[in-house]
Formats: sequence, structure tokens, C-alpha cells
Amino acid sequence: MAKGESVAGSDIPAGGFVQLLTPDGERVDTVTTADGTTYSVDFTDEEYRGLYRDLVTVRRLDSEAVALQRQGELGIWASLLGQEAAQVGSGRALRPQDMAFPTYREHGVLYCRGIDPIMPFGLFRGVDQGGWDPNEFKFNTYTIVIGSQTLHATGYAMGVTMDGKTGSADGEAVIAYFGDGATSQGEVNESFVWSGVFNAPIVFFCQNNQYAISEPLERQTRVPLYRRAGGYGFPGIRVDGNDVLATYAVTRAALDNARNGQGPTLIEAYTYRMGAHTSSDDPTRYRIASEVEAWKAKDPISRLKAFLSKQKIAKKDFFAEVDAEANKQALDLRERVLAMPDPQPVTLFDNVYPNGSPEIDAQRTAFTEYQASFEGSAH
Amino acid sequence: MSRIKKFNLPDLGEGLTEGEILAWLVKVGDTIELNQPIVEVETAKAAVEIPAKWGGVVTRIFHEAGTVVEVGHPIIAIDTEPGSPLPDSPAPAPAAAPVSAPAPAAAPAADEAEAGLIGGPAPGGRTAVLVGYGPRTTSATRRPRIGTPTAPTTAATAPTPPPAATEVRPAEPVGPANGAVRTGPVLAKPPVRKLARDLGVDLAAVKGTGPSGSVTREDVHLAVAAPAQKPAPVAASPATAVFDASREQRIPIKGVRKLTAENMVASAFTAPHVTEFLTVDVTRTMKTLEKLRKRREFEGVRISPLLLVAKAVLLAVKRHPMVNSSWSGATGEIVVKDYVNLGIAAATERGLIVPNVKDAGRLTLRELAEALNELVRTAKSGKTPPADMSGGTLSITNVGVFGIDTGTPILPPGESAILAFGAIRPTPWVHKGKIRIREVTTLGLSFDHRIIDGELGSRFLRDIGSFLEDPEGTLLSWT
Repeated sequence: MAKGESVAGSDIPAGGFVQLLTPDGERVDTVTTADGTTYSVDFTDEEYRGLYRDLVTVRRLDSEAVALQRQGELGIWASLLGQEAAQVGSGRALRPQDMAFPTYREHGVLYCRGIDPIMPFGLFRGVDQGGWDPNEFKFNTYTIVIGSQTLHATGYAMGVTMDGKTGSADGEAVIAYFGDGATSQGEVNESFVWSGVFNAPIVFFCQNNQYAISEPLERQTRVPLYRRAGGYGFPGIRVDGNDVLATYAVTRAALDNARNGQGPTLIEAYTYRMGAHTSSDDPTRYRIASEVEAWKAKDPISRLKAFLSKQKIAKKDFFAEVDAEANKQALDLRERVLAMPDPQPVTLFDNVYPNGSPEIDAQRTAFTEYQASFEGSAH
Repeated sequence: MSRIKKFNLPDLGEGLTEGEILAWLVKVGDTIELNQPIVEVETAKAAVEIPAKWGGVVTRIFHEAGTVVEVGHPIIAIDTEPGSPLPDSPAPAPAAAPVSAPAPAAAPAADEAEAGLIGGPAPGGRTAVLVGYGPRTTSATRRPRIGTPTAPTTAATAPTPPPAATEVRPAEPVGPANGAVRTGPVLAKPPVRKLARDLGVDLAAVKGTGPSGSVTREDVHLAVAAPAQKPAPVAASPATAVFDASREQRIPIKGVRKLTAENMVASAFTAPHVTEFLTVDVTRTMKTLEKLRKRREFEGVRISPLLLVAKAVLLAVKRHPMVNSSWSGATGEIVVKDYVNLGIAAATERGLIVPNVKDAGRLTLRELAEALNELVRTAKSGKTPPADMSGGTLSITNVGVFGIDTGTPILPPGESAILAFGAIRPTPWVHKGKIRIREVTTLGLSFDHRIIDGELGSRFLRDIGSFLEDPEGTLLSWT
């Protein structure tokens, strides 16, 4: 087991990021950055196997969603393929009281938060607004607008501060997810300014998957993204986003800092979007095949599988069982998606005001009558 | 219910209306699994593989590769319970078509898309539109309003006006047009209302053929014309009967065709073209090619006459930089370029595209050969990125590959010269005072006469010809 080395004059270790599991499945014991922070994980065998199960499951469910879109059952889908470790590592690092603000791609974090994976499908199928109770699961609804959730998260984090829920080991922390492209958005920069100035208990978790749709990283920044944090007055760190262990360690530490009142951290999870930006996109038009091949060798799942095998933490039947179980869940998901009912048009009026309003009630009545004026209507 | 299920082409990317079948990955009779890739489809946004929606046996493929299919139309039929005998005519609908017979009108009802699925009929006679197929434009029948006559509901699906407009009668009371109804005020857009007012047409008396039975501009014009036309048997004329629409194919103008047309028109009507021709003996060029092919430096790279034509153009440009320029009317300047982005017109399945080799003048001959091969290969596979198609400064069109002697090419917009390179044919030719069979071709050069005078154009073309007549000697004397 190797010991990670740090590079003088840099706040990140050799290799450019914190890594605890190499692509070959070798475990790095600890990594110490130049500022003296040491990262490591101490998992039981059961926990290691659990992480593996998470990764395989979220990938399998995602592939089913991609197929459903191609079959005309979803309007669009944003695949997480390649980013499983970044999502599961950070998602599992959250403590129950922590609040997460996702983009539209955080299916893996959603899974880790214990939300039924079917929940976002209503949105992508166009039969509901994709809602769940953010307070119940401590996971906000998907945000389609690029970067705006960082402002929501910052506001929420300010609320946590005002409620006096920071400053102790069981305090609350907030995490905001976004991508490399979003770092060029005003909202994200405003969030950085505000959070830095007010020491908000927030972790900015950037999954740098190298492309903002077709726009490569070099069009977003001249410096590594994590270094942006320095300009706003809080620490930034880069982690191997395809390493579930390192992502867990770095996110857990940043969240704990936030809950303890140490303010924000920017985490750049260095990863790669193996699939298309969304099902409407064709990545072969702007990426070369050799680049994709190179990233395949860094696959988050195969490296954990190699580690589990070498360390004899898991055997063949375990892997087969996980695959079979994930497959079962995927087929179950498919059936439930296909069975999603069409919404009645009148439900349009349901979620406008929590307690209704005379204006909306009148519109609902008029619309119901209009609907009933057609033959064969259910009314 | 039904075991033979049709799969309709879905909207693969937010609001697309059609897709082209690139290749089938399965054939009739194949047993396939759920989610197995079955077909590659290219849309305006992406080329994607579609996974099978059901496992089973492929009973029918509706469209061959190369066909453009509208979203919502069936592309494949799958028997989801192969092996089990077909049910003996189940109660209401005609039985499913025999699996072996891909009859064109196979069992209309039984193998329709299933009820309740997207695109299929939903309870209440509505079309289930969730996501994926988008709103139907072709057969969006509307449920009739309660208490209105139901007979002419099909009118809504027939946007074609009645033949010769003989049915339009301004004076008659209006029947329920379109099945959607005229109980309330007449539906018409404000400009149409104004038109009707100006022409003295009573909108209430006009049969609307627009969406939801609204009255369109054409309807109003038709209503004005109708009284006079009433007796005229327009449709009966034998001349029109012979050339009816069934013998005309209507191809929508779009994509590369549309772009090509726009470029051609823009170029032809902005740059005054002049074309000159030169017939040259290229026997030595062919010999030089043979020699090059045998050289180690050119091992593994395909070499064609186009390579030396390209080289000739590049060398001639060095001697006459002015031909490699563009007219900038906006700034009142002629932009003379120090670099040659050499365009090669390529006929692809999608139509004409002119990708270019960037800064071709800087390439070695081998690099140029590789670049040209790559350019053509990419173009043929339909994967030319937009960047390769912009920024061209001078182009070659190789009409010789079609067996044509030459043509008068039209300048790609923004370029000042384009060379057509014709077929190379063994031809009787005066060579060293005697008639010999020589390899001869014809070059055609079109140039923008605003920039390039006849003298310059002629010298440029003559230099290209000189090179092709004696590449080795010309190269040595020019460099």
C-alpha cells in the first residue's frame, strides 16, 4: 500500500488530485495535502461492498433510463454514466441532517438519499413536475436551469446559520451540485461571493466531467477549477471523481468543516461524462474516441471491483448477485415507468397555491366544464 | 393484448419530427432481447442506436436503411410470444397477420400500437400523447362537442381544399366544419378578418379549413372566387387529368439541399462569374503518380490525380496570390489571404458539401494526400464537422469522377476561384509533332470577375495546366 505524496508549493497531492484508489484497484492509505490535511477512509468490508452495490445499481438504473428514452418512453434523459463514484461518494458522505441541492443529473445522489429511483421519471416522461418532498429526504427537486441551485443552496445555508444549527459536530451542512460549465454562470459566482463573505455552511461540489454539452473545459477556465475558490476566500480541493473512496473522504471532511462553522469548500470532482450530455446530444461530434477510451480505463466501478477481489472482500457470487439484483430493479423500474398514468388535464390547477385561491378555483371550474363539453369525456 | 407489437419511431431528441434509418442491426426472423440494439437512426441532432422495446421475434421491418421516417410511424414489428400458436381470430378485431406474410396492409387493428401506449389510442378515443411522439399533426382528430352533429368529423383530417372549390357557397348556412363546431363566434385571425371585411366576405358563411375549423386567408379568397367559378369544370380538363399530383413526387426542401440552394443562389447573384476552360495533356502527371506510389515516403497512402491537381493549384496560388481572396462589400475591401484553405466539393448521400483542408499550402505532399483522403472519407460517412466546412478560400470540384469532361462550377460563397477537374481520357493528341494517344483532361476555372480580371484568371489556369503537363519540370523551375 502506497503512501500519497504531496507536492511542495501546491495544495493538492501528486497526480493533481486526492486519490485513495488507483484505476488498477490499489489502495492508497492516506493522502496529505500541502496545507496539512490528511484524507483517508476506514470502511468495514460490509461498507466497501455496499459502495460497490450502490455504484452498480445506479449505473444499471441509468442505462435502463437511456433505453426508455430511446424507446420513446421518456422525453429526455441526462445520463450519469462515468460519474457514479462522484455521486455515490459524495451522496454517502452526507449525514442525515445535511441538505443537498442537485442538478438534473444527480440520480446517484438521489439514490443515496433513499428516494425511490422512480421519482424523477415523472418529470422526464412529462406526466408530473418531478416533485418529491425536499424536506422529507433532505434533497431538493432537480434544477434544470444551470447553476441556479447554488443560490438556493446558499440561501438555505444562510438559514441553517440563522437557526444556529452550525458550530458543532452534529450541526447541519448544505451541499450544492453543479458541473464545470456552471462555473461560468453568474449565479455560481454570486454564490461563491456570498458564501465566502458570510461563511455559509456549504460545500460546492463541482463534477468536472470535462464538457459543458460540447464545450470543453479549456473554454471555461484557464486555471484548475478548484483554484477558483481562493479568489473568493475559501479552500478548494480537487479529488479523483472516479474514486468513490477519495470522493467520500474529501466530501465528508468538507461537510464536517461546514457544520463546525468553518465555512464553505469548493470540491472539484475530476471525472468524465462517458455518455452524451443528454439523450438529445451526440458527443461523437465533439469528442475523439481515444479520449473516451482513455477514460474507460479509469472506470469507477472496475477499480473498486479489482480492489474488492484482490483484498478478498468480495467473491464472484457477490458480484453476480449484485448484477442480478440491479437488473431486477431496472426491470421493475421499467414496468413502473410504463405504468405511469397520464395526468388529467385539470390537475394543472392543483399545485398553484397551497391553500387554493378563488381565481384558480374559478379557472378550474370553467376548464372542467369545457372538458365535459366533449363527447366521451370521463366527466 | 396483441402479441405482435409495432414499434413507432419516437422523438429521439426534444421536438424532432423525423429520423433517417442508417442501418438495421436485426432482420426479419431474428430473435431479439429487450433493450438489444436494433437500429441506428440519425436525426437532426444525433445518430443513435435504438434498443428493442420488447423481446421476441422480428416479424416485419417497415423501412429500409436510407429512408427518412416521420416520428410516430412504425419501423419494426415484433412478435412478443414467438413459438406459441397464433390465437384463432380473437373476438372483435381481424386476426393478426400471419407471421410469415409481411402483407402491406397487415391486420390493421390487431397489430396497431397498443392501446394506452404513447401514440396509441387511449380510452375515450383520444390519442395518448405523453412525451416522445410529440403532438400529432397528421390525424389529430378532436372529440366532437356534445350536442353537435358528428358526421363530418373526418373533415378535420383533410386540409386539402375540395376540388375546384365547387363546394364553397358563400350564401348557404354553414354546416359544422371540421367536426369542431360553429356554435360560438367564427374563428379567424385578425388579419383574415380584415381581409374578409375588405373583400366583403361574410366570415360566418365561409367554411374554415384551418386548425379547429378556423377560417384561413385561402378560405376567404376561395369564397370570393367561388360564385364565378361555380359552373367551370376545372378538374375535368384532360390536360390536368394526365399530369395529376399522383405522378409528382414532392421532396421537402431542407437540410443540405436547402443550404446548397441558398449558397448557390447567393453566390450566383452576387459574384459575377467568368469561366475559362483549358484542355491539357496529363500523361506525365499520371507517370509521376506512378513513381510516387512506388516511393517509400508514400507507402500506405492512396494517391489519386486529385492530389497533383491540388498541388498544382497550391503552387499556382503562390504565383498569383490575388486569386486566393474574397470580396468584402461590407468593409469595401478585397481580403487577400496568405493561407489556402483548400475546399474539395464532395458528393455525399446527403448532398453536396465542400469541406476544406486548412492551410493546405503548408502541408507536404504526403500530408496533403492524407488530408484529402481523410476529408473525403469523413464527408462520405456523413461525419464532417461544421468547422471543416467553413473558412474555405479556394476550391476544387472533381467532376471527373462522374465521367464528365468539365463544367462551369459556381463559386462557394466567399471564395473567388473554383477549379473543375474533368475526367482523364485516352485521347488522340498532337505530341512532339505526331498524333499520339495521350491522357487528356479538361480544366474549368470559374472566378469572381470583381476581383480577378481575365488576364489573371488565364495566367492562373495556364500555370495549373503547365504543372499538370509536366509536374516535375514545372516544380523544379518554379521553386
